[in-house]
Amino acid sequence: MNKNIILYAAILIFGVAAPFVFPAFKVQLSILCILIILAITWNVQGGEMGYNTFGNILFYGLGMYLCASVQVGMFFPLAEWTEGGGEKTFVHTPAQFFQGFAVGLAVAAIVPSIVAGLIGYSILGLRGHYFAICTLGLGVAAGEISGGIEIIGAGQGFTTPPFPKVGSLEARGEFFYFCSFAVLILTFLAVKAIYSTRFKLVLNAIRDNEDKAEAMGIQTMKYKIIGWMISAFFCGLAGGIMGGLVGYIDSTDVAFDGREMGVFMVLMAILGGKGTLWGPVIGATVFHIFKEGFWTFFLGWQYVALGVLIVVIVIYFPEGIMGWLREKYPERFGEVVDEADRKAQVELK
Amino acid sequence: MDFLIFQVPMLTVQAVLDGLLLGILFALIAYGMALQWGVMNIINIAQGDLVILGGYIAYFMYLYGIHPAWGVIVSPIIMYFVGVIIYKLVINKVVDRDLFISILATFGISILFMQLMNFAFGADVVLANSGYGTTMLFDNSVTLPNSKIFSAFISIVFAIGLVIYMKKSKLGRAIRATAQNARAAKILGVDTEKVYAATFGINAALCGVAGALISITFTIHPYMGLPYTIRSFMIVIVAGLGNLPGVAMSGMGLGVFEEFADYILGTEFRIGSVFLLLVLILVYRRFKLSKKREYLK
Repeated sequence: MNKNIILYAAILIFGVAAPFVFPAFKVQLSILCILIILAITWNVQGGEMGYNTFGNILFYGLGMYLCASVQVGMFFPLAEWTEGGGEKTFVHTPAQFFQGFAVGLAVAAIVPSIVAGLIGYSILGLRGHYFAICTLGLGVAAGEISGGIEIIGAGQGFTTPPFPKVGSLEARGEFFYFCSFAVLILTFLAVKAIYSTRFKLVLNAIRDNEDKAEAMGIQTMKYKIIGWMISAFFCGLAGGIMGGLVGYIDSTDVAFDGREMGVFMVLMAILGGKGTLWGPVIGATVFHIFKEGFWTFFLGWQYVALGVLIVVIVIYFPEGIMGWLREKYPERFGEVVDEADRKAQVELK
Repeated sequence: MDFLIFQVPMLTVQAVLDGLLLGILFALIAYGMALQWGVMNIINIAQGDLVILGGYIAYFMYLYGIHPAWGVIVSPIIMYFVGVIIYKLVINKVVDRDLFISILATFGISILFMQLMNFAFGADVVLANSGYGTTMLFDNSVTLPNSKIFSAFISIVFAIGLVIYMKKSKLGRAIRATAQNARAAKILGVDTEKVYAATFGINAALCGVAGALISITFTIHPYMGLPYTIRSFMIVIVAGLGNLPGVAMSGMGLGVFEEFADYILGTEFRIGSVFLLLVLILVYRRFKLSKKREYLK
């Protein structure tokens, strides 16, 4: 317990100090926070509940569009903004910007979770690969359809409001970094709190055998929908911040980017270890460092590397880093190891 | 209503004919998907990318001055070996595992193929011009490119040929036996590993044929693979595994649906409507099945 507090304090201090210690990596650190949030929320479905979704990108993209639309729409006509690219005609004052962003984030969190609740009953009734393909279709459909809607910029994209200068202070990077870091802490604590309750046991029961769980009197559908709504809430928040950070929203390349973010979140959670609290965090960090290195030095070959990486991780490393550690040091994970039993097994081999 | 299709009734005929001819092509791809799904219990997300790769083979023959219709013969031969290589490298390690592992692994292959094709062939939309001309029907109000008729004809020939091959040949019987019970087939001396490789190769070859036909009739682009995967998946779940007339029917139905969606909603919503239809079909199926389950209780 004592060790844990030191660990958390160290991470917190590092997180607060990071943008000042590494000022050049502010944007990268913010993206890392977003990636960790996405991995953690995917893990609620894929890891704990056993519902491997490709569709959480739907909530992420929805949050992104909603946050930016609300931020603009609160003060200016949205259609004219998207038509003109926005920047020349309308300028947010700092107060308007922050007010709009806060309201936008609230909407970006609440609406996707309502959407998840509404579609949850029909979609979460699907099992296994049908669920996976259905959610894949959902994500791509959302991207294609939003690319045809005029008011949010259609194919030419949507420029989010530029960050205002407060006096002479230019703090865009810090602002978005602390936003994403705060949401990351919020997500982590919320998920940690959830995992220490009966709710996690129910999710695991659904993963292990849904029919049996239902036979034991658990209303599985209710829990599945609540789980999905929690994911959608934080995915929407992450999307809203990411929209402001990138500054430009395109339907298929930024918002509903199933080929990048949609796969990344699955991959990060699997790389770190499905069904663990820390797995997605570690997986996302390792993945992001690897990805940035690769993206920088082998520009153009990144998707080739990504494809190979997916295949290699899925085939040779499906348990992830946490699973590997658990096999190596079972004592650290609170598993009681009977020394005599282990020796007997080794001798048998 | 200011929809063009209601003002010009002949467009309905056009859409239906286009859709049927397109749907036969979809059915051919879906047949390959049903084959590998039934035999190996694998959902191949890279299916559409194999189609596009097959299309590029025909396109390159066209670039070098060979008539692209020969691609219908060359492309499946090359694609067969591509399929076997993919099987040996990746698929044989995921055959016995969880279906999601196979989905994710083939998703990786799909991204890899997409990008390699983008490097090799460029990101332009291309087509191989067959120079077949067009047929005019009903006082020139319905235009039908001969290449579409050609592609539908070739698809039917290949599909019938494959059905006969599966029924009569030794390998075909081994494949069907493995699909029914892999373990029993193994005990009776069927080399299931070889059967799996051949199945994946045949699937890839079918994709090659379809791709060559698509490059003649429509256009190809490195990133256009995923919609073909989704379409074939949809056709297979609507028709059911091993129901060939069903695959043909639902393929043509999907083709007609797409043409109408194109006319009524607009081309920009075409792909979106396909994916949305998939979601709707799956949801419909879920409610139908859940009713059945309750009834059994």
